[in-house]
Amino acid sequence: MVLFYILLAFMIIAAIIAIETRDLLSSVVSVSAIGFIGSLIFLILQAPDIAITQIVVEVLALIILIRATIARDLTTIAEGREFFGTVVCVAVLLVIALATVRAADALPVFGRPAFASIEGSPSQIYLRQGSRDTGAANLVAAVILDYRAYDTLGEATVLFTSIIGATAILRSRTVKALQEPEA
Amino acid sequence: MAYALCLLLFMIGLYCVAVKKNLVKIVIGLAVMEYAVNLFLIMLGYRAGGVAPILTRSEVGPKGELSDIFVSRAVDPLPQALVLTAIVISLGTLALLIATCIRIYSRYGTFDITQIRRLKG
Amino acid sequence: MNDRGMSIIVKTITGPVKVLIFLFGINVILFGHLTPGGGFAGGVVLAGSYVLLMLAFGKGYAEQNLPTSLASRLDCIGALLFATVACLGAILAGSFFVNFLYQRYLPGRLLDLVSAGTIPLSNLAIGLKVGASLYLVVVMLSVFGKDTADKV
Repeated sequence: MVLFYILLAFMIIAAIIAIETRDLLSSVVSVSAIGFIGSLIFLILQAPDIAITQIVVEVLALIILIRATIARDLTTIAEGREFFGTVVCVAVLLVIALATVRAADALPVFGRPAFASIEGSPSQIYLRQGSRDTGAANLVAAVILDYRAYDTLGEATVLFTSIIGATAILRSRTVKALQEPEA
Repeated sequence: MAYALCLLLFMIGLYCVAVKKNLVKIVIGLAVMEYAVNLFLIMLGYRAGGVAPILTRSEVGPKGELSDIFVSRAVDPLPQALVLTAIVISLGTLALLIATCIRIYSRYGTFDITQIRRLKG
Repeated sequence: MNDRGMSIIVKTITGPVKVLIFLFGINVILFGHLTPGGGFAGGVVLAGSYVLLMLAFGKGYAEQNLPTSLASRLDCIGALLFATVACLGAILAGSFFVNFLYQRYLPGRLLDLVSAGTIPLSNLAIGLKVGASLYLVVVMLSVFGKDTADKV
Protein backbone atom coordinates (compact mmCIF):
# COMPACT_ATOMS: atom_id res chain seq x y z
CA MET A 1 0.00 0.00 0.00
CA VAL A 2 3.02 2.25 0.19
CA LEU A 3 3.02 2.28 -3.61
CA PHE A 4 -0.58 3.43 -3.56
CA TYR A 5 0.18 6.43 -1.36
CA ILE A 6 3.26 7.35 -3.39
CA LEU A 7 1.21 7.32 -6.61
CA LEU A 8 -1.54 9.36 -4.99
CA ALA A 9 1.04 11.94 -3.91
CA PHE A 10 2.32 12.07 -7.50
CA MET A 11 -1.23 12.64 -8.71
CA ILE A 12 -1.64 15.61 -6.41
CA ILE A 13 1.71 17.08 -7.46
CA ALA A 14 0.77 16.67 -11.14
CA ALA A 15 -2.58 18.35 -10.48
CA ILE A 16 -0.92 21.33 -8.83
CA ILE A 17 1.49 21.64 -11.76
CA ALA A 18 -1.38 21.37 -14.24
CA ILE A 19 -3.32 24.24 -12.78
CA GLU A 20 -0.49 26.58 -11.92
CA THR A 21 1.78 26.51 -14.94
CA ARG A 22 1.50 29.29 -17.50
CA ASP A 23 2.08 27.28 -20.64
CA LEU A 24 -1.07 25.53 -21.86
CA LEU A 25 0.79 22.63 -23.46
CA SER A 26 2.59 21.75 -20.20
CA SER A 27 -0.71 21.93 -18.42
CA VAL A 28 -2.32 19.48 -20.84
CA VAL A 29 0.61 17.07 -20.51
CA SER A 30 0.34 17.18 -16.71
CA VAL A 31 -3.34 16.31 -16.87
CA SER A 32 -2.45 13.29 -19.00
CA ALA A 33 0.09 12.32 -16.36
CA ILE A 34 -2.73 12.35 -13.82
CA GLY A 35 -4.66 9.99 -16.07
CA PHE A 36 -1.75 7.57 -16.44
CA ILE A 37 -1.10 7.48 -12.70
CA GLY A 38 -4.80 6.99 -12.14
CA SER A 39 -4.73 3.93 -14.38
CA LEU A 40 -1.85 2.46 -12.33
CA ILE A 41 -3.76 3.12 -9.13
CA PHE A 42 -6.79 1.34 -10.54
CA LEU A 43 -4.61 -1.69 -11.22
CA ILE A 44 -3.36 -1.67 -7.63
CA LEU A 45 -6.95 -1.40 -6.41
CA GLN A 46 -7.84 -4.60 -8.33
CA ALA A 47 -9.99 -3.00 -11.01
CA PRO A 48 -8.52 -4.17 -14.36
CA ASP A 49 -11.61 -3.21 -16.42
CA ILE A 50 -11.37 0.35 -15.21
CA ALA A 51 -7.60 0.47 -15.75
CA ILE A 52 -7.94 -0.50 -19.42
CA THR A 53 -10.77 1.96 -20.00
CA GLN A 54 -9.01 4.79 -18.18
CA ILE A 55 -5.78 4.51 -20.12
CA VAL A 56 -7.34 4.37 -23.58
CA VAL A 57 -9.80 7.16 -22.77
CA GLU A 58 -6.97 9.25 -21.44
CA VAL A 59 -4.97 8.85 -24.66
CA LEU A 60 -7.92 10.07 -26.73
CA ALA A 61 -8.54 12.92 -24.29
CA LEU A 62 -4.91 13.95 -24.69
CA ILE A 63 -5.33 14.08 -28.46
CA ILE A 64 -8.51 16.13 -28.18
CA LEU A 65 -6.99 18.57 -25.66
CA ILE A 66 -3.81 19.05 -27.68
CA ARG A 67 -5.94 19.71 -30.73
CA ALA A 68 -7.53 22.60 -28.90
CA THR A 69 -4.26 24.19 -27.84
CA ILE A 70 -1.58 23.50 -30.41
CA ALA A 71 -3.06 25.09 -33.50
CA ARG A 72 -3.87 28.32 -31.76
CA ASP A 73 -1.68 31.39 -31.54
CA LEU A 74 -2.48 31.93 -27.90
CA THR A 75 -0.69 29.22 -25.94
CA THR A 76 0.45 31.18 -22.95
CA ILE A 77 -1.74 32.89 -20.49
CA ALA A 78 -1.13 36.47 -19.51
CA GLU A 79 -3.27 36.92 -16.47
CA GLY A 80 -3.10 39.11 -13.47
CA ARG A 81 -4.32 37.63 -10.27
CA GLU A 82 -7.21 39.20 -8.46
CA PHE A 83 -6.21 39.08 -4.85
CA PHE A 84 -9.56 39.45 -3.17
CA GLY A 85 -11.37 36.93 -5.37
CA THR A 86 -8.69 34.31 -4.86
CA VAL A 87 -8.70 34.73 -1.07
CA VAL A 88 -12.47 34.44 -0.84
CA CYS A 89 -12.44 31.35 -3.04
CA VAL A 90 -9.73 29.66 -0.99
CA ALA A 91 -11.59 30.44 2.23
CA VAL A 92 -14.82 28.92 0.92
CA LEU A 93 -12.94 25.86 -0.34
CA LEU A 94 -11.35 25.41 3.08
CA VAL A 95 -14.75 25.40 4.73
CA ILE A 96 -16.03 22.83 2.20
CA ALA A 97 -12.90 20.73 2.71
CA LEU A 98 -13.33 20.68 6.48
CA ALA A 99 -16.95 19.64 6.09
CA THR A 100 -16.09 16.81 3.71
CA VAL A 101 -13.29 15.53 5.91
CA ARG A 102 -15.74 15.42 8.78
CA ALA A 103 -18.19 13.53 6.59
CA ALA A 104 -15.51 11.15 5.35
CA ASP A 105 -14.94 10.03 8.94
CA ALA A 106 -18.31 8.34 8.78
CA LEU A 107 -17.17 6.13 5.94
CA PRO A 108 -15.66 2.74 6.77
CA VAL A 109 -11.89 2.63 6.97
CA PHE A 110 -10.08 2.32 3.65
CA GLY A 111 -9.74 -1.40 2.92
CA ARG A 112 -13.20 -2.39 4.04
CA PRO A 113 -15.70 -2.08 1.17
CA ALA A 114 -18.57 0.24 2.00
CA PHE A 115 -21.28 -1.74 0.21
CA ALA A 116 -20.11 -5.31 0.14
CA SER A 117 -19.67 -5.61 3.91
CA ILE A 118 -23.40 -5.32 4.47
CA GLU A 119 -25.13 -8.68 4.33
CA GLY A 120 -27.77 -8.90 1.65
CA SER A 121 -26.57 -5.85 -0.21
CA PRO A 122 -26.75 -5.93 -4.03
CA SER A 123 -22.96 -6.24 -4.25
CA GLN A 124 -23.05 -9.50 -2.32
CA ILE A 125 -25.89 -10.77 -4.52
CA TYR A 126 -23.90 -9.89 -7.65
CA LEU A 127 -20.84 -11.69 -6.32
CA ARG A 128 -22.71 -14.79 -5.19
CA GLN A 129 -25.16 -15.30 -8.00
CA GLY A 130 -23.73 -13.24 -10.83
CA SER A 131 -22.23 -16.04 -12.84
CA ARG A 132 -25.22 -18.30 -12.25
CA ASP A 133 -27.80 -15.68 -13.26
CA THR A 134 -26.05 -14.31 -16.30
CA GLY A 135 -23.48 -16.89 -17.34
CA ALA A 136 -20.67 -14.35 -17.60
CA ALA A 137 -17.29 -14.77 -15.95
CA ASN A 138 -16.55 -11.03 -15.88
CA LEU A 139 -18.85 -9.83 -13.12
CA VAL A 140 -18.47 -6.17 -13.99
CA ALA A 141 -19.74 -6.89 -17.52
CA ALA A 142 -22.57 -8.89 -15.99
CA VAL A 143 -23.51 -5.93 -13.84
CA ILE A 144 -23.44 -3.33 -16.59
CA LEU A 145 -25.08 -5.39 -19.31
CA ASP A 146 -27.51 -7.59 -17.47
CA TYR A 147 -28.39 -6.42 -13.98
CA ARG A 148 -28.11 -2.70 -14.71
CA ALA A 149 -28.52 -2.52 -18.45
CA TYR A 150 -30.69 0.58 -18.18
CA ASP A 151 -27.69 2.53 -16.94
CA THR A 152 -25.77 1.43 -20.00
CA LEU A 153 -28.63 2.52 -22.23
CA GLY A 154 -28.60 5.91 -20.56
CA GLU A 155 -24.87 6.16 -20.95
CA ALA A 156 -25.00 5.26 -24.63
CA THR A 157 -27.62 7.98 -25.06
CA VAL A 158 -25.49 10.58 -23.27
CA LEU A 159 -22.45 9.71 -25.37
CA PHE A 160 -24.51 9.83 -28.57
CA THR A 161 -25.98 13.20 -27.66
CA SER A 162 -22.66 14.78 -26.73
CA ILE A 163 -21.05 13.60 -29.97
CA ILE A 164 -23.98 14.95 -31.98
CA GLY A 165 -23.67 18.23 -30.11
CA ALA A 166 -19.93 18.50 -30.78
CA THR A 167 -20.43 17.67 -34.45
CA ALA A 168 -23.24 20.21 -34.78
CA ILE A 169 -21.18 22.95 -33.14
CA LEU A 170 -18.29 22.37 -35.50
CA ARG A 171 -20.35 21.89 -38.61
CA SER A 172 -21.97 25.29 -39.01
CA ARG A 173 -18.69 26.69 -40.27
CA THR A 174 -18.66 24.49 -43.33
CA VAL A 175 -22.35 25.16 -44.02
CA LYS A 176 -21.59 28.86 -44.05
CA ALA A 177 -18.62 28.32 -46.33
CA LEU A 178 -20.83 26.42 -48.74
CA GLN A 179 -23.47 29.11 -48.80
CA GLU A 180 -21.23 32.11 -49.28
CA PRO A 181 -20.31 31.70 -52.97
CA GLU A 182 -23.99 31.47 -53.83
CA ALA A 183 -25.10 34.52 -51.85
CA MET B 1 -6.22 9.40 5.15
CA ALA B 2 -6.54 8.06 1.63
CA TYR B 3 -10.02 9.53 1.27
CA ALA B 4 -8.69 12.88 2.46
CA LEU B 5 -6.04 12.91 -0.26
CA CYS B 6 -8.63 12.08 -2.87
CA LEU B 7 -10.84 14.92 -1.66
CA LEU B 8 -7.81 17.22 -1.79
CA LEU B 9 -7.48 16.37 -5.49
CA PHE B 10 -11.13 17.28 -5.95
CA MET B 11 -10.63 20.59 -4.16
CA ILE B 12 -7.66 21.40 -6.41
CA GLY B 13 -9.85 20.88 -9.46
CA LEU B 14 -12.64 22.98 -7.96
CA TYR B 15 -10.19 25.80 -7.22
CA CYS B 16 -9.06 25.72 -10.82
CA VAL B 17 -12.61 25.97 -12.17
CA ALA B 18 -13.50 28.83 -9.84
CA VAL B 19 -10.43 31.03 -10.09
CA LYS B 20 -8.76 30.66 -13.46
CA LYS B 21 -9.48 32.94 -16.38
CA ASN B 22 -8.42 30.83 -19.31
CA LEU B 23 -11.16 28.69 -20.82
CA VAL B 24 -8.93 25.66 -21.45
CA LYS B 25 -7.67 25.85 -17.86
CA ILE B 26 -11.27 25.63 -16.68
CA VAL B 27 -11.79 22.51 -18.79
CA ILE B 28 -8.60 21.04 -17.33
CA GLY B 29 -9.88 21.71 -13.81
CA LEU B 30 -13.08 19.87 -14.70
CA ALA B 31 -11.04 16.89 -15.91
CA VAL B 32 -9.09 16.82 -12.63
CA MET B 33 -12.37 16.80 -10.71
CA GLU B 34 -13.62 13.87 -12.78
CA TYR B 35 -10.46 11.85 -12.10
CA ALA B 36 -10.81 12.54 -8.37
CA VAL B 37 -14.45 11.38 -8.27
CA ASN B 38 -13.72 8.17 -10.20
CA LEU B 39 -10.84 7.41 -7.85
CA PHE B 40 -13.02 8.01 -4.83
CA LEU B 41 -15.69 5.59 -6.07
CA ILE B 42 -13.17 2.84 -6.75
CA MET B 43 -11.61 3.37 -3.32
CA LEU B 44 -15.02 2.88 -1.75
CA GLY B 45 -15.20 -0.61 -3.16
CA TYR B 46 -11.69 -1.78 -2.35
CA ARG B 47 -11.14 -4.73 -0.05
CA ALA B 48 -7.71 -5.08 1.50
CA GLY B 49 -6.04 -8.19 0.10
CA GLY B 50 -8.85 -8.65 -2.41
CA VAL B 51 -8.93 -10.05 -5.92
CA ALA B 52 -10.54 -8.62 -9.03
CA PRO B 53 -14.21 -9.62 -9.56
CA ILE B 54 -13.43 -11.80 -12.58
CA LEU B 55 -13.81 -15.56 -12.46
CA THR B 56 -11.03 -17.68 -13.82
CA ARG B 57 -10.72 -21.39 -14.34
CA SER B 58 -9.30 -21.92 -10.86
CA GLU B 59 -12.28 -20.41 -9.08
CA VAL B 60 -14.98 -22.37 -10.85
CA GLY B 61 -15.56 -25.92 -9.67
CA PRO B 62 -15.92 -28.87 -12.07
CA LYS B 63 -19.72 -28.68 -12.10
CA GLY B 64 -19.74 -24.92 -12.47
CA GLU B 65 -20.21 -23.95 -8.83
CA LEU B 66 -18.41 -21.05 -7.27
CA SER B 67 -15.73 -21.43 -4.63
CA ASP B 68 -16.84 -19.92 -1.34
CA ILE B 69 -13.66 -18.04 -0.77
CA PHE B 70 -14.30 -15.91 -3.83
CA VAL B 71 -17.30 -14.10 -2.37
CA SER B 72 -15.46 -13.17 0.79
CA ARG B 73 -12.28 -12.12 -0.98
CA ALA B 74 -13.47 -10.34 -4.10
CA VAL B 75 -13.50 -6.60 -4.57
CA ASP B 76 -16.89 -4.93 -4.94
CA PRO B 77 -18.05 -4.96 -8.60
CA LEU B 78 -20.78 -2.36 -8.26
CA PRO B 79 -18.65 0.83 -7.99
CA GLN B 80 -16.54 -0.45 -10.88
CA ALA B 81 -19.62 -0.70 -13.06
CA LEU B 82 -20.62 2.87 -12.17
CA VAL B 83 -17.13 4.25 -12.83
CA LEU B 84 -16.89 2.48 -16.19
CA THR B 85 -19.77 4.47 -17.60
CA ALA B 86 -18.56 7.64 -15.89
CA ILE B 87 -15.16 7.49 -17.58
CA VAL B 88 -16.62 7.16 -21.07
CA ILE B 89 -19.17 9.91 -20.43
CA SER B 90 -16.36 12.21 -19.29
CA LEU B 91 -14.68 11.72 -22.66
CA GLY B 92 -17.88 12.67 -24.47
CA THR B 93 -18.39 15.81 -22.43
CA LEU B 94 -14.73 16.77 -22.84
CA ALA B 95 -15.16 16.57 -26.62
CA LEU B 96 -18.25 18.80 -26.43
CA LEU B 97 -16.49 21.35 -24.20
CA ILE B 98 -13.43 21.53 -26.43
CA ALA B 99 -15.63 21.97 -29.49
CA THR B 100 -17.29 24.91 -27.72
CA CYS B 101 -13.88 26.37 -26.80
CA ILE B 102 -12.68 26.15 -30.38
CA ARG B 103 -15.81 27.88 -31.64
CA ILE B 104 -15.42 30.62 -29.05
CA TYR B 105 -11.81 31.12 -30.11
CA SER B 106 -12.74 31.39 -33.76
CA ARG B 107 -15.43 33.95 -32.91
CA TYR B 108 -13.64 36.15 -30.35
CA GLY B 109 -9.97 35.45 -30.97
CA THR B 110 -9.11 34.74 -27.35
CA PHE B 111 -9.55 32.18 -24.60
CA ASP B 112 -9.72 34.78 -21.84
CA ILE B 113 -13.16 34.83 -20.28
CA THR B 114 -12.96 38.46 -19.16
CA GLN B 115 -12.36 39.52 -22.76
CA ILE B 116 -15.24 37.43 -23.99
CA ARG B 117 -17.57 39.22 -21.68
CA ARG B 118 -16.56 42.61 -23.00
CA LEU B 119 -16.78 41.96 -26.71
CA LYS B 120 -20.29 42.30 -28.02
CA GLY B 121 -21.56 41.37 -31.45
CA MET C 1 -3.10 17.96 -37.99
CA ASN C 2 -2.02 18.83 -41.52
CA ASP C 3 -3.01 17.22 -44.73
CA ARG C 4 0.32 15.70 -45.63
CA GLY C 5 0.64 13.43 -42.62
CA MET C 6 3.88 12.77 -40.85
CA SER C 7 7.36 11.64 -41.90
CA ILE C 8 8.16 8.48 -43.79
CA ILE C 9 9.30 6.65 -40.66
CA VAL C 10 5.97 7.20 -38.96
CA LYS C 11 4.08 6.10 -42.06
CA THR C 12 6.07 2.89 -42.38
CA ILE C 13 5.57 1.94 -38.75
CA THR C 14 1.90 2.89 -38.74
CA GLY C 15 1.08 0.45 -41.53
CA PRO C 16 1.37 -2.77 -39.51
CA VAL C 17 0.81 -1.21 -36.07
CA LYS C 18 -2.66 0.11 -36.80
CA VAL C 19 -3.77 -3.36 -37.87
CA LEU C 20 -2.47 -4.78 -34.58
CA ILE C 21 -4.31 -2.12 -32.59
CA PHE C 22 -7.50 -2.87 -34.51
CA LEU C 23 -7.16 -6.59 -33.79
CA PHE C 24 -6.54 -5.88 -30.13
CA GLY C 25 -9.67 -3.76 -30.02
CA ILE C 26 -11.74 -6.57 -31.55
CA ASN C 27 -10.27 -9.00 -29.00
CA VAL C 28 -11.16 -6.75 -26.09
CA ILE C 29 -14.74 -6.41 -27.36
CA LEU C 30 -15.37 -10.06 -28.20
CA PHE C 31 -14.02 -11.49 -24.96
CA GLY C 32 -15.67 -8.80 -22.88
CA HIS C 33 -17.66 -11.29 -20.85
CA LEU C 34 -14.60 -13.38 -19.95
CA THR C 35 -11.64 -11.04 -19.53
CA PRO C 36 -11.43 -7.43 -18.41
CA GLY C 37 -12.46 -4.93 -21.04
CA GLY C 38 -15.81 -5.00 -22.69
CA GLY C 39 -17.61 -2.83 -25.18
CA PHE C 40 -16.47 0.60 -24.02
CA ALA C 41 -12.75 -0.01 -23.74
CA GLY C 42 -12.69 -2.01 -26.97
CA GLY C 43 -14.63 0.66 -28.82
CA VAL C 44 -12.20 3.36 -27.72
CA VAL C 45 -9.28 1.19 -28.89
CA LEU C 46 -10.94 0.79 -32.32
CA ALA C 47 -11.38 4.54 -32.55
CA GLY C 48 -7.74 4.90 -31.54
CA SER C 49 -6.54 2.80 -34.45
CA TYR C 50 -8.39 4.98 -36.95
CA VAL C 51 -7.21 8.17 -35.25
CA LEU C 52 -3.65 6.87 -35.63
CA LEU C 53 -4.34 6.39 -39.33
CA MET C 54 -5.60 9.95 -39.63
CA LEU C 55 -2.67 11.45 -37.72
CA ALA C 56 0.00 9.58 -39.64
CA PHE C 57 -1.33 9.76 -43.18
CA GLY C 58 -3.31 13.00 -43.24
CA LYS C 59 -6.95 13.84 -43.40
CA GLY C 60 -7.41 13.13 -47.13
CA TYR C 61 -6.28 9.52 -46.82
CA ALA C 62 -8.41 8.96 -43.74
CA GLU C 63 -11.41 10.41 -45.54
CA GLN C 64 -10.95 7.93 -48.39
CA ASN C 65 -10.48 5.06 -45.97
CA LEU C 66 -13.45 5.76 -43.71
CA PRO C 67 -15.60 8.71 -44.78
CA THR C 68 -17.33 10.69 -42.05
CA SER C 69 -20.75 9.87 -43.47
CA LEU C 70 -20.02 6.16 -43.15
CA ALA C 71 -18.70 6.62 -39.61
CA SER C 72 -21.84 8.45 -38.59
CA ARG C 73 -23.99 5.71 -40.12
CA LEU C 74 -22.03 3.02 -38.28
CA ASP C 75 -22.59 4.96 -35.07
CA CYS C 76 -26.34 4.92 -35.63
CA ILE C 77 -26.31 1.23 -36.59
CA GLY C 78 -24.53 0.40 -33.34
CA ALA C 79 -27.07 2.31 -31.29
CA LEU C 80 -29.97 0.67 -33.16
CA LEU C 81 -28.46 -2.76 -32.64
CA PHE C 82 -28.26 -2.16 -28.91
CA ALA C 83 -31.88 -1.04 -28.82
CA THR C 84 -32.90 -4.08 -30.92
CA VAL C 85 -31.29 -6.48 -28.46
CA ALA C 86 -33.21 -4.78 -25.67
CA CYS C 87 -36.53 -4.89 -27.51
CA LEU C 88 -36.05 -8.54 -28.44
CA GLY C 89 -35.81 -9.20 -24.76
CA ALA C 90 -39.18 -7.55 -24.34
CA ILE C 91 -40.79 -9.44 -27.21
CA LEU C 92 -39.41 -12.89 -26.55
CA ALA C 93 -39.13 -13.09 -22.80
CA GLY C 94 -41.41 -10.66 -21.09
CA SER C 95 -39.61 -7.52 -20.06
CA PHE C 96 -37.13 -5.06 -21.49
CA PHE C 97 -33.43 -6.01 -21.49
CA VAL C 98 -33.94 -9.54 -20.26
CA ASN C 99 -31.02 -11.80 -21.11
CA PHE C 100 -33.32 -13.98 -23.20
CA LEU C 101 -30.59 -15.99 -24.88
CA TYR C 102 -29.13 -17.20 -21.61
CA GLN C 103 -32.42 -17.87 -19.90
CA ARG C 104 -34.35 -19.50 -22.75
CA TYR C 105 -32.51 -20.52 -25.83
CA LEU C 106 -28.75 -20.82 -25.59
CA PRO C 107 -27.34 -21.27 -22.08
CA GLY C 108 -23.83 -22.32 -22.99
CA ARG C 109 -21.17 -23.28 -20.50
CA LEU C 110 -19.34 -20.90 -18.19
CA LEU C 111 -16.01 -19.58 -19.52
CA ASP C 112 -16.81 -20.43 -23.14
CA LEU C 113 -16.77 -17.86 -25.90
CA VAL C 114 -20.39 -18.60 -26.74
CA SER C 115 -21.95 -18.07 -23.35
CA ALA C 116 -23.63 -15.39 -21.27
CA GLY C 117 -26.48 -14.89 -23.71
CA THR C 118 -26.95 -11.40 -25.07
CA ILE C 119 -23.93 -9.93 -23.30
CA PRO C 120 -21.51 -10.45 -26.24
CA LEU C 121 -24.10 -9.00 -28.63
CA SER C 122 -24.50 -5.92 -26.48
CA ASN C 123 -20.73 -5.62 -26.28
CA LEU C 124 -20.45 -5.70 -30.08
CA ALA C 125 -23.14 -3.06 -30.50
CA ILE C 126 -21.61 -0.75 -27.92
CA GLY C 127 -18.09 -1.25 -29.27
CA LEU C 128 -19.22 -0.30 -32.77
CA LYS C 129 -21.09 2.72 -31.51
CA VAL C 130 -18.38 4.10 -29.24
CA GLY C 131 -15.62 3.54 -31.79
CA ALA C 132 -17.41 5.20 -34.68
CA SER C 133 -18.60 8.20 -32.67
CA LEU C 134 -15.21 8.94 -31.08
CA TYR C 135 -13.45 8.71 -34.45
CA LEU C 136 -16.07 11.06 -35.88
CA VAL C 137 -15.55 13.66 -33.18
CA VAL C 138 -11.75 13.64 -33.48
CA VAL C 139 -11.97 14.05 -37.27
CA MET C 140 -14.43 16.92 -36.94
CA LEU C 141 -12.14 18.63 -34.44
CA SER C 142 -9.21 18.35 -36.84
CA VAL C 143 -11.05 19.54 -39.93
CA PHE C 144 -12.05 22.76 -38.18
CA GLY C 145 -8.68 24.34 -38.65
CA LYS C 146 -7.02 27.70 -38.51
CA ASP C 147 -7.92 28.59 -42.07
CA THR C 148 -11.63 28.37 -41.41
CA ALA C 149 -11.53 30.67 -38.42
CA ASP C 150 -13.20 34.01 -38.80
CA LYS C 151 -13.60 37.18 -36.83
CA VAL C 152 -17.18 38.19 -37.46
